[in-house]
Amino acid sequence: MSFWEYANPVKFLALSARVQPFAWGAAAVGIFVGLVWGFFFTPDDFRQGSTIRIIYIHVPSAWIAINAWIMMLIASLIWLVRRHHVSALAAKAAAPVGLVMTVIGLLTGALWGQPMWGTWWAWDPRLTSFLTLFLFYLGYIALWQAIEDPDTAADLTSVLCLVGSVFALMSRYAVLFWNQGLHQGATLSLDKEENISDVFWFPLITSIAGFTLLFIALVLYRTGTEISLRRARALGARLEKEA
Amino acid sequence: MMPNLGTYAFEVLSSYAATLVLIAGLLIVTLRRGMRARDALRRMEEETARHGKG
Repeated sequence: MSFWEYANPVKFLALSARVQPFAWGAAAVGIFVGLVWGFFFTPDDFRQGSTIRIIYIHVPSAWIAINAWIMMLIASLIWLVRRHHVSALAAKAAAPVGLVMTVIGLLTGALWGQPMWGTWWAWDPRLTSFLTLFLFYLGYIALWQAIEDPDTAADLTSVLCLVGSVFALMSRYAVLFWNQGLHQGATLSLDKEENISDVFWFPLITSIAGFTLLFIALVLYRTGTEISLRRARALGARLEKEA
Repeated sequence: MMPNLGTYAFEVLSSYAATLVLIAGLLIVTLRRGMRARDALRRMEEETARHGKG
Protein backbone atom coordinates (compact mmCIF):
# COMPACT_ATOMS: atom_id res chain seq x y z
CA MET A 1 0.00 0.00 0.00
CA SER A 2 1.32 3.44 -0.94
CA PHE A 3 0.36 6.98 0.03
CA TRP A 4 0.06 7.81 -3.66
CA GLU A 5 -2.85 5.44 -4.21
CA TYR A 6 -5.04 8.09 -2.53
CA ALA A 7 -4.41 10.29 -5.57
CA ASN A 8 -7.14 8.13 -7.08
CA PRO A 9 -10.40 10.01 -6.29
CA VAL A 10 -12.34 6.80 -5.62
CA LYS A 11 -9.80 5.58 -3.08
CA PHE A 12 -9.52 9.05 -1.57
CA LEU A 13 -13.30 9.28 -1.13
CA ALA A 14 -13.44 5.80 0.44
CA LEU A 15 -10.72 6.74 2.96
CA SER A 16 -12.37 10.10 3.59
CA ALA A 17 -15.73 8.42 4.33
CA ARG A 18 -14.04 6.19 6.90
CA VAL A 19 -12.11 9.01 8.61
CA GLN A 20 -14.79 11.74 8.62
CA PRO A 21 -17.16 10.39 11.32
CA PHE A 22 -14.24 10.14 13.76
CA ALA A 23 -12.86 13.56 12.76
CA TRP A 24 -16.23 15.38 13.10
CA GLY A 25 -17.03 13.69 16.43
CA ALA A 26 -13.59 14.20 17.96
CA ALA A 27 -13.50 17.83 16.73
CA ALA A 28 -16.85 18.58 18.40
CA VAL A 29 -15.70 16.98 21.67
CA GLY A 30 -12.27 18.67 21.56
CA ILE A 31 -13.63 22.15 20.88
CA PHE A 32 -16.46 21.82 23.42
CA VAL A 33 -14.22 20.49 26.20
CA GLY A 34 -11.38 22.93 25.43
CA LEU A 35 -13.59 26.02 25.34
CA VAL A 36 -15.82 25.12 28.30
CA TRP A 37 -12.78 24.14 30.39
CA GLY A 38 -10.91 27.28 29.41
CA PHE A 39 -13.82 29.70 29.77
CA PHE A 40 -15.46 28.42 32.95
CA PHE A 41 -12.82 26.50 34.87
CA THR A 42 -9.54 28.41 34.58
CA PRO A 43 -8.47 31.36 36.73
CA ASP A 44 -7.71 34.91 35.57
CA ASP A 45 -4.09 35.64 34.68
CA PHE A 46 -2.35 37.86 37.24
CA ARG A 47 -1.42 40.41 34.54
CA GLN A 48 -4.01 39.95 31.79
CA GLY A 49 -7.06 39.34 33.99
CA SER A 50 -10.02 37.64 32.33
CA THR A 51 -8.74 38.41 28.81
CA ILE A 52 -6.52 35.31 29.11
CA ARG A 53 -9.68 33.37 28.10
CA ILE A 54 -9.27 34.70 24.55
CA ILE A 55 -6.18 32.48 24.27
CA TYR A 56 -8.39 29.37 23.84
CA ILE A 57 -9.72 30.66 20.51
CA HIS A 58 -6.99 33.05 19.36
CA VAL A 59 -4.08 30.58 19.45
CA PRO A 60 -5.95 27.61 17.86
CA SER A 61 -7.35 29.77 15.05
CA ALA A 62 -3.93 31.34 14.32
CA TRP A 63 -2.38 27.84 14.45
CA ILE A 64 -4.85 26.60 11.82
CA ALA A 65 -4.54 29.77 9.70
CA ILE A 66 -0.78 29.23 9.35
CA ASN A 67 -0.78 25.44 9.10
CA ALA A 68 -3.63 25.41 6.58
CA TRP A 69 -1.37 27.39 4.26
CA ILE A 70 1.48 24.93 4.90
CA MET A 71 -0.89 22.07 4.03
CA MET A 72 -1.90 23.95 0.85
CA LEU A 73 1.79 24.41 0.03
CA ILE A 74 2.44 20.65 0.29
CA ALA A 75 -0.67 19.84 -1.78
CA SER A 76 0.34 22.46 -4.37
CA LEU A 77 3.85 21.02 -4.66
CA ILE A 78 2.35 17.55 -5.17
CA TRP A 79 0.17 19.00 -7.94
CA LEU A 80 3.08 20.79 -9.61
CA VAL A 81 5.39 17.77 -9.46
CA ARG A 82 3.08 14.77 -9.84
CA ARG A 83 -0.10 16.31 -11.37
CA HIS A 84 -2.51 14.57 -8.97
CA HIS A 85 -5.86 16.36 -9.25
CA VAL A 86 -6.99 15.39 -5.75
CA SER A 87 -4.08 17.31 -4.23
CA ALA A 88 -4.92 20.49 -6.18
CA LEU A 89 -8.58 20.15 -5.12
CA ALA A 90 -7.54 19.57 -1.47
CA ALA A 91 -5.55 22.82 -1.55
CA LYS A 92 -8.54 24.64 -3.05
CA ALA A 93 -10.83 23.10 -0.39
CA ALA A 94 -8.57 24.19 2.48
CA ALA A 95 -8.32 27.87 1.49
CA PRO A 96 -11.74 29.12 2.74
CA VAL A 97 -11.19 27.28 6.03
CA GLY A 98 -7.81 28.96 6.41
CA LEU A 99 -9.34 32.31 5.50
CA VAL A 100 -12.04 32.06 8.19
CA MET A 101 -9.42 31.03 10.78
CA THR A 102 -7.27 34.01 9.77
CA VAL A 103 -10.24 36.35 10.24
CA ILE A 104 -10.90 34.82 13.67
CA GLY A 105 -7.22 35.23 14.56
CA LEU A 106 -7.22 38.89 13.47
CA LEU A 107 -10.52 39.73 15.21
CA THR A 108 -9.71 38.03 18.50
CA GLY A 109 -6.21 39.48 18.37
CA ALA A 110 -7.64 42.99 18.03
CA LEU A 111 -10.12 42.37 20.85
CA TRP A 112 -7.30 41.08 23.05
CA GLY A 113 -4.83 43.75 22.00
CA GLN A 114 -7.07 46.71 22.81
CA PRO A 115 -7.19 46.20 26.61
CA MET A 116 -3.62 44.80 26.87
CA TRP A 117 -1.68 47.06 24.47
CA GLY A 118 -4.08 50.00 24.39
CA THR A 119 -4.63 49.61 20.64
CA TRP A 120 -6.67 47.41 18.32
CA TRP A 121 -3.87 47.20 15.80
CA ALA A 122 -0.14 47.82 15.48
CA TRP A 123 2.19 47.39 12.51
CA ASP A 124 4.06 44.78 14.45
CA PRO A 125 6.03 42.18 12.37
CA ARG A 126 3.82 39.24 13.37
CA LEU A 127 0.54 41.14 12.96
CA THR A 128 1.61 42.59 9.62
CA SER A 129 2.70 39.23 8.19
CA PHE A 130 -0.56 37.70 9.45
CA LEU A 131 -2.57 40.44 7.70
CA THR A 132 -0.54 39.77 4.53
CA LEU A 133 -1.40 36.07 4.87
CA PHE A 134 -5.09 37.08 5.01
CA LEU A 135 -4.66 39.01 1.74
CA PHE A 136 -2.94 36.00 0.17
CA TYR A 137 -5.89 33.81 1.15
CA LEU A 138 -8.25 36.28 -0.55
CA GLY A 139 -6.04 36.39 -3.65
CA TYR A 140 -5.73 32.60 -3.78
CA ILE A 141 -9.51 32.08 -3.61
CA ALA A 142 -10.12 34.86 -6.16
CA LEU A 143 -7.59 33.32 -8.57
CA TRP A 144 -9.36 29.95 -8.46
CA GLN A 145 -12.64 31.73 -9.24
CA ALA A 146 -11.18 33.86 -12.02
CA ILE A 147 -9.71 31.11 -14.24
CA GLU A 148 -12.04 28.81 -16.13
CA ASP A 149 -9.63 26.02 -17.05
CA PRO A 150 -9.15 24.00 -13.83
CA ASP A 151 -5.60 22.83 -14.61
CA THR A 152 -4.41 26.35 -15.39
CA ALA A 153 -6.11 27.58 -12.21
CA ALA A 154 -4.37 24.84 -10.22
CA ASP A 155 -0.98 25.78 -11.75
CA LEU A 156 -1.30 29.51 -11.06
CA THR A 157 -2.76 29.13 -7.57
CA SER A 158 0.06 26.69 -6.72
CA VAL A 159 2.64 29.30 -7.68
CA LEU A 160 0.77 31.91 -5.61
CA CYS A 161 0.76 29.45 -2.72
CA LEU A 162 4.55 29.06 -2.94
CA VAL A 163 4.98 32.84 -2.75
CA GLY A 164 2.48 33.20 0.12
CA SER A 165 4.33 30.57 2.14
CA VAL A 166 6.93 33.18 3.00
CA PHE A 167 4.27 35.13 4.89
CA ALA A 168 2.80 32.02 6.52
CA LEU A 169 6.23 31.15 7.89
CA MET A 170 6.88 34.79 8.80
CA SER A 171 3.62 34.89 10.78
CA ARG A 172 4.95 31.98 12.80
CA TYR A 173 8.57 33.07 13.20
CA ALA A 174 8.44 36.89 12.95
CA VAL A 175 8.82 37.22 16.72
CA LEU A 176 12.12 35.35 16.47
CA PHE A 177 13.45 37.33 13.48
CA TRP A 178 12.63 40.76 14.88
CA ASN A 179 12.67 41.65 18.53
CA GLN A 180 10.65 44.83 18.17
CA GLY A 181 6.86 44.74 18.19
CA LEU A 182 4.08 44.22 20.70
CA HIS A 183 3.26 40.58 20.09
CA GLN A 184 4.62 38.13 22.64
CA GLY A 185 6.86 35.17 21.76
CA ALA A 186 5.70 31.60 21.29
CA THR A 187 2.77 30.59 23.51
CA LEU A 188 3.63 26.92 23.24
CA SER A 189 7.22 25.85 23.51
CA LEU A 190 9.12 22.64 24.11
CA ASP A 191 11.11 24.61 26.69
CA LYS A 192 9.19 24.21 29.97
CA GLU A 193 10.55 27.50 31.31
CA GLU A 194 9.07 29.43 28.39
CA ASN A 195 5.72 27.66 28.36
CA ILE A 196 2.50 28.99 29.83
CA SER A 197 1.34 27.56 33.15
CA ASP A 198 -0.26 24.07 33.12
CA VAL A 199 -3.59 25.48 34.27
CA PHE A 200 -3.89 27.31 30.92
CA TRP A 201 -1.85 24.84 28.85
CA PHE A 202 -4.12 21.77 29.18
CA PRO A 203 -7.39 23.42 28.04
CA LEU A 204 -5.44 25.26 25.32
CA ILE A 205 -3.93 22.09 23.90
CA THR A 206 -7.40 20.44 23.99
CA SER A 207 -8.85 23.36 22.04
CA ILE A 208 -5.98 23.25 19.52
CA ALA A 209 -6.59 19.51 19.01
CA GLY A 210 -10.31 20.22 18.48
CA PHE A 211 -9.64 22.98 15.93
CA THR A 212 -7.11 20.75 14.11
CA LEU A 213 -9.62 17.90 13.86
CA LEU A 214 -12.28 20.35 12.66
CA PHE A 215 -9.88 21.50 9.95
CA ILE A 216 -9.23 17.88 8.88
CA ALA A 217 -12.97 17.09 8.80
CA LEU A 218 -13.78 20.25 6.83
CA VAL A 219 -10.99 19.72 4.29
CA LEU A 220 -11.96 16.08 3.71
CA TYR A 221 -15.62 17.03 3.22
CA ARG A 222 -14.85 20.03 1.03
CA THR A 223 -12.39 18.03 -1.11
CA GLY A 224 -15.21 15.51 -1.66
CA THR A 225 -17.40 18.42 -2.76
CA GLU A 226 -14.76 19.62 -5.25
CA ILE A 227 -14.36 16.09 -6.65
CA SER A 228 -18.16 15.80 -7.07
CA LEU A 229 -18.34 19.17 -8.84
CA ARG A 230 -15.43 18.26 -11.14
CA ARG A 231 -17.03 14.91 -12.05
CA ALA A 232 -20.49 16.47 -12.56
CA ARG A 233 -18.96 19.04 -14.92
CA ALA A 234 -17.10 16.34 -16.86
CA LEU A 235 -20.27 14.27 -17.25
CA GLY A 236 -22.22 17.36 -18.31
CA ALA A 237 -19.60 18.19 -20.96
CA ARG A 238 -19.68 14.59 -22.26
CA LEU A 239 -23.49 14.65 -22.52
CA GLU A 240 -23.36 17.97 -24.35
CA LYS A 241 -20.84 16.60 -26.83
CA GLU A 242 -22.93 13.51 -27.49
CA ALA A 243 -26.18 15.49 -27.91
CA MET B 1 -21.03 29.19 37.18
CA MET B 2 -20.42 32.24 34.95
CA PRO B 3 -16.93 33.59 35.67
CA ASN B 4 -16.60 37.21 36.66
CA LEU B 5 -15.04 38.81 33.58
CA GLY B 6 -14.84 42.25 35.19
CA THR B 7 -14.03 45.21 32.97
CA TYR B 8 -13.00 42.95 30.07
CA ALA B 9 -16.39 41.24 29.64
CA PHE B 10 -17.04 42.94 26.27
CA GLU B 11 -13.70 41.86 24.77
CA VAL B 12 -13.90 38.26 26.01
CA LEU B 13 -17.57 37.68 25.13
CA SER B 14 -17.23 39.38 21.73
CA SER B 15 -14.25 37.15 20.89
CA TYR B 16 -16.20 33.99 21.69
CA ALA B 17 -19.37 35.22 19.92
CA ALA B 18 -17.49 36.22 16.74
CA THR B 19 -15.64 32.88 16.67
CA LEU B 20 -18.79 30.81 17.12
CA VAL B 21 -20.69 32.81 14.46
CA LEU B 22 -17.84 32.52 11.93
CA ILE B 23 -17.36 28.78 12.50
CA ALA B 24 -21.13 28.17 12.32
CA GLY B 25 -21.26 30.18 9.06
CA LEU B 26 -18.35 28.18 7.61
CA LEU B 27 -20.06 24.89 8.56
CA ILE B 28 -23.40 25.95 7.05
CA VAL B 29 -21.85 27.16 3.77
CA THR B 30 -19.67 24.02 3.54
CA LEU B 31 -22.54 21.58 4.14
CA ARG B 32 -25.00 23.38 1.81
CA ARG B 33 -22.46 23.56 -1.02
CA GLY B 34 -21.51 19.92 -0.44
CA MET B 35 -25.11 18.73 -0.59
CA ARG B 36 -25.78 20.75 -3.76
CA ALA B 37 -22.63 19.33 -5.44
CA ARG B 38 -23.50 15.74 -4.51
CA ASP B 39 -27.08 16.24 -5.80
CA ALA B 40 -25.74 17.66 -9.07
CA LEU B 41 -23.41 14.68 -9.51
CA ARG B 42 -26.21 12.19 -8.78
CA ARG B 43 -28.46 13.89 -11.38
CA MET B 44 -25.66 13.85 -13.97
CA GLU B 45 -24.91 10.18 -13.32
CA GLU B 46 -28.61 9.29 -13.70
CA GLU B 47 -28.82 11.30 -16.92
CA THR B 48 -25.65 9.65 -18.27
CA ALA B 49 -27.06 6.21 -17.45
CA ARG B 50 -30.36 7.05 -19.20
CA HIS B 51 -28.51 8.48 -22.18
CA GLY B 52 -26.37 5.31 -22.40
CA LYS B 53 -29.48 3.11 -22.43
CA GLY B 54 -31.28 5.18 -25.01
